[in-house]
Amino acid sequence: MLDKNGIAKRIAREVRDGSYVNLGIGIPTLVANFIPEGMNVVLQSENGLLGMGPFPFEGEEDADLINAGKQTVTTLPGSAFFDSAMSFGMIRAQKVDLTILGAMEVSENGDIANWKIPGKMVKGMGGAMDLVASAKNIIVAMQHVNKAGESKLLPKCDLPITGLRCVKRIVTELAVLDVLPEGGFKLIERAPGVTIEHIIKSTAGKLIVEGDIPEMVID
Amino acid sequence: MIIKTVKDAATATADIKSGMTLLVGGFGLCGIPENCINAMVAMGINNLTCVSNNAGIDDFGLGLLLQNKQVKKMISSYVGENAEFERQMLSGELQVDLIPQGTLATRCMMSGYGIPFFPTPAGVGTEVAEGKQIINWKGRDYLMEEAFDADFAIVKAWKGDTTGNLIFRATARNFNPLMAMAGKITIAEVEHLVQPGELDPNEIHVPGIYVHRIFQGANYEKRIEQLTSRKRL
Repeated sequence: MLDKNGIAKRIAREVRDGSYVNLGIGIPTLVANFIPEGMNVVLQSENGLLGMGPFPFEGEEDADLINAGKQTVTTLPGSAFFDSAMSFGMIRAQKVDLTILGAMEVSENGDIANWKIPGKMVKGMGGAMDLVASAKNIIVAMQHVNKAGESKLLPKCDLPITGLRCVKRIVTELAVLDVLPEGGFKLIERAPGVTIEHIIKSTAGKLIVEGDIPEMVID
Repeated sequence: MIIKTVKDAATATADIKSGMTLLVGGFGLCGIPENCINAMVAMGINNLTCVSNNAGIDDFGLGLLLQNKQVKKMISSYVGENAEFERQMLSGELQVDLIPQGTLATRCMMSGYGIPFFPTPAGVGTEVAEGKQIINWKGRDYLMEEAFDADFAIVKAWKGDTTGNLIFRATARNFNPLMAMAGKITIAEVEHLVQPGELDPNEIHVPGIYVHRIFQGANYEKRIEQLTSRKRL
């Protein structure tokens, strides 16, 4: 079973050289720590920054320079600032190659819910609805089951939807799964030490298991 | 040359009335018009409709207006960690329209560009689509979203000149230039107010035609919401 950093590490293997990537809040943010040295990846922060650098050195934090999670960050050589309309313009126009975000629920046809639990919790969608409506490639980073032990990979989302038929791949503490165009979660890899039975038991939506399922390779 | 300078925040905001709709710049606490918000808290106007990506935090930024029950309705994309915002929303004291962040930004921009509505795929198939016109273009559904029609836009810039030309800094730009273009009356507070000719025309982000009042802000706190750093090796 993977911890949060393990999930982030596995997702980092999906990132391609020469790509522009948007990382959501939470586990997706951790992915930046595991992008291999020497790989040219430009991180987009939807509040208006391309070329997001690491956290600043202590004492060098700048209140005017934050990421979409409101954390102080830095620029890198080649960075650019822009306004929020241009930021979502480049997202809508599919200039961003890969979007990695968290979810509360994903359905077997790729619908995602991640912004609201009616009557209990409302965070708001932020940029998530814009991102999922337009992104070329969406990978979801999330826990396979919720705190009550219930599957978050469902036949149909129960929570209010963020976007329809948009998730391509899911990485959880248990597995890597692809959402097939015709519907269903296709099991691609198991996390180290996790059995197929465990994944079957933890997946409420249609799970497709074909042939040998390899264990994830994580450096 | 048309000079837009006013003395301070109190003067700039003096004719904002209860019940009006305001666009308020900033993302989280980054690039918020601190002086004008504090002035509106002091004025005690209420029943405001505020369009702003967030509502500050409990005790800073727009959170101050919320705490004082001066806001009737928020139009935002993210509640985030503002506990008072979430509480007022869940209890029904505060009306809240949550809308996608890109939609919020573009609704401002379109207002400044004189385009009354625009299609976007964001929110198709979700609660956000309820009551909105959907158009199908080349096989894909889009929501028709309206440009904002706001009484005032209140923004914060890094530098400005007395004719209202504005330059923003780093990610404090965010919604500020878009909202600056969208107000019937736009108020800009700046960290550095300079004379005409001191800003390079090549570097202006918002030309002064969009700005009606400008003043030199004072006592900026520029609070940081999530202070993250690394140690020097």
